[in-house]
Amino acid sequence: MLKLFILSLLFSVNAHAELRATGDLGVVIERAKGSALIINTSQKNILAKIPALGDLSHASVVFSRDQRYAFIFARDGGLTKIDLLKDQISKRIIQAGNSIGGAISQDGKLIAVSNYTPGGVKIFSTETLALVADIPATYADEKLSKVVGLVDAPNNKFIFSLFDAGEIWVMSVKDLKNIKITKYKNIGKQPYDALLTPDGRYYIAGLFGERGLALLDLWDLEAKVKRILPDYGKDDEKLPVYKMPHLEGWAVAGDYMLIPAVGQHEVLVIDKRQWTLVKRIPVIGQPVFVMARPDGREIWVNFAFPDNQNIQIIDAKDLSVIKSLIPGKAVLHMEFTPRGEQVWVSVRDDNQLIIYDTQTHKVLKRLPAEKPSGIFFSSRAHKMGL
Amino acid sequence: MAFEPEQARQQELRNMLAHDCGSCHGLTLKGGLGPSLLPDALLNKPEQFLVQTILEGRKGTAMPPWKPFITEQEAVWLVQKLLK
Repeated sequence: MLKLFILSLLFSVNAHAELRATGDLGVVIERAKGSALIINTSQKNILAKIPALGDLSHASVVFSRDQRYAFIFARDGGLTKIDLLKDQISKRIIQAGNSIGGAISQDGKLIAVSNYTPGGVKIFSTETLALVADIPATYADEKLSKVVGLVDAPNNKFIFSLFDAGEIWVMSVKDLKNIKITKYKNIGKQPYDALLTPDGRYYIAGLFGERGLALLDLWDLEAKVKRILPDYGKDDEKLPVYKMPHLEGWAVAGDYMLIPAVGQHEVLVIDKRQWTLVKRIPVIGQPVFVMARPDGREIWVNFAFPDNQNIQIIDAKDLSVIKSLIPGKAVLHMEFTPRGEQVWVSVRDDNQLIIYDTQTHKVLKRLPAEKPSGIFFSSRAHKMGL
Repeated sequence: MAFEPEQARQQELRNMLAHDCGSCHGLTLKGGLGPSLLPDALLNKPEQFLVQTILEGRKGTAMPPWKPFITEQEAVWLVQKLLK
């Protein structure tokens, strides 16, 4: 026992020898290997590899507000808390059979995970990963719906969409003994993902089963869910979608918001004052992520199979494509550094991360990674809805 | 003798199955937004139906047609792989 104590003392002294801050760190998912890389965006290098995280297809990450811990949500229901200071797993649980993503509460105390099987949301303590609430996504005749588009919102709320039920639920977790859920029904068929605007005001779910998007104004919940852009592309043939778009990247340029169309090779520009369609920007394929550089001047877009070797860059000034890049085979994700001078791009089938200079659009560096997918920087810790 | 794609093509198809089919059906094919493609789940479905689903997609669902990228013979081969 004493030996152990001395050992651990030695270890902690050692740890102090190399102080590490976490504000410029990030986590990259290696989806096939079930591992994650801890990276540093200032040094542009890989610090550590954390193995044995399970099935990481479609894995996503949120960060504790002190930016020390990363929480990884894995497809197989695994929830892992990683210590970015020690390069190690600090806690890991299997919380469901099939999971899709998660969020951290406004106060940083709770983690919510959205699950496909069994359909619902589970809430855990960020400290211990102990289960504190289990909310089945029950609809019509006790069926369970897959849950998508889970985000945190102001006043310690979580908001999510029910894919099979076509509902949006707003859940207040201010008082864990008295969790309040407001359900909005008939919001549209098959909401596939959703986003929260950076100001925490609007929750918007994309619909796969019909045209348009479902909009909830959190400043005016009485107004309920409205359909926006109900008609876009209604006269056009719907093209096959080989990968579902993601709405997590909220792209704003002044009063305009840019989102991926579904079944059209277009990026849609919406005027968010009236929620009207301003422009349909033609692009090379089915957009997946439409992400604004933090200064809002450029919007970077990647694509679904079979166009996933490309990235196109839209200039917010005139809302048109100004540049096309071909990073490599299967570009899955992009993440901007907090102030946007670099963007990191994961190129799955080339087993590579590519770091671009966002002014010159030139490659700054390439790093090896095994089938990399999602890239998540710790700056997300301080952003609502991410 | 059943049709076997060339080695390199087999590799491509396997990669496509894990990662492109896998983006909806899960990397391990146990299901995600799309249903499970594990042998248990496919057991009672006619092979021809599975081949048609791959090639033509399923109307009213998110399943797209893969025939621009996969030949019928390759789809038959993939179905054999899935059922094993």
